[in-house]
Amino acid sequence: MPESIPVSLTVNGRRVEATIPARLTIVDFLRDHLGLTGTHVGCAHGVCGACTVRVDGAIIRGCLTLTAQLDGGTIETIEGVADSGEIADLQEAFYARNAMQCGFCTPGMLLTAASLKARGRPVSRQEIRDHISGNLCRCTGYQAIVDAIDTVVNTDGVNADSDGGRR
Amino acid sequence: MKPPLFDFQRAETVDHAIALLGEHGDEARLIAGGQSLMASLNFRLSSPGLLIDITRLDDLKGLTAGADGLSLGALTCHSEILLSQDIARNAPLMTAAAPHIAHEAIRNRGTIGGSIAFADPAAEWPACALALDATIEIAGPAGIRRVPATDFFKGLYETELGPGDLVRAIHVPARPAGERHSFQELTRRHGDYAIVGLAALAVWRDGRLAMPRLAFFGVGAKPVLATAAMAELDGSAGDAAAMGRACEALTAELDPFDDLNASAETRRHLARTLLRRAVARLTWEGADA
Repeated sequence: MPESIPVSLTVNGRRVEATIPARLTIVDFLRDHLGLTGTHVGCAHGVCGACTVRVDGAIIRGCLTLTAQLDGGTIETIEGVADSGEIADLQEAFYARNAMQCGFCTPGMLLTAASLKARGRPVSRQEIRDHISGNLCRCTGYQAIVDAIDTVVNTDGVNADSDGGRR
Repeated sequence: MKPPLFDFQRAETVDHAIALLGEHGDEARLIAGGQSLMASLNFRLSSPGLLIDITRLDDLKGLTAGADGLSLGALTCHSEILLSQDIARNAPLMTAAAPHIAHEAIRNRGTIGGSIAFADPAAEWPACALALDATIEIAGPAGIRRVPATDFFKGLYETELGPGDLVRAIHVPARPAGERHSFQELTRRHGDYAIVGLAALAVWRDGRLAMPRLAFFGVGAKPVLATAAMAELDGSAGDAAAMGRACEALTAELDPFDDLNASAETRRHLARTLLRRAVARLTWEGADA
């Protein structure tokens, strides 16, 4: 009954083979074994969203997922989606709207926002708030974060809105 | 914190998982999505010697809709349920409940089987299973058996699952014609576990409620089917007099607890509020599409 597990993963397009401790979460694997420190560890129990990564195309909590369970899986991190240009529009909007202060929550916010954008339809600001409600910003910069996501997701400048629209 | 040390093994088949559970007894825990278990491991609230990964078991996968209802493999994740057209057509209560479960990143991994097996008293799926009169299919050392949700939930995190058992599937019977649903939940923040919640179903026909099903959660050690309130509403128009009787019956049959979120008295009050909201929805004349 092994405590060390061989895994084979694709991380940001690269094949990675490793033998890892059974208890290693994917966020610790990414940070400590691969040096991909853009994914952060905040609360370590699934509340803050700082550890958000994509597995097989879907966002997950990196702190609540064992690396050993992901053998054969495809992982994308903030480094991968930033380098590929996929979230360039969100990055630009976060910059333009000053939607980060300390920046700790930003990678998780960006990946979570990207999953909302992927729905490909206009959303209300309330939907944006609901969607990022699992990502905590301890600087409390939510207004700017919602503004930034709003500009990217509602590209025609119109949102289906109930709370006053853009500020 | 980081999880304690444990061994890890992928189950190859359901029988393999059951054999491993038999071999390791209390030392072993099953892990599927792990969205509750991993948090408790990170806090070191539990320290199993072995985690048995069941996420690769094809027997626990799949969602089928037929004339006799829906079958959901235990590994069906919350996001799949939220997006499934089969579920939206055949058990729209579940479609309404799914967005209340945590957040997208957690819904993408957490499973209905895990939620049912863990039986958190404030969780959505146990209450839905009770309201829908679902059946839980259990695989264990003695083979496969089916237990009605009404018998499955025993107490605080306590279920019909014995040593060596695992949840294989959840079966939801076909819904009666004209059935409506309302899913209500009060939380301090979106995605939190409910302070009080209600999964409600009833047929609305000729201005009368029939076959109401009211499953409250967050109001006791396990989800509660409010049979006395259901009896008051059955055959009524859901009018003020019937609601008065139903609320009185509900107050008497609920035995909620105090915690930091709310006192027992507050929970009773909130339960009555949710019942009123749900019945308003179930009897709304504009509701039919």
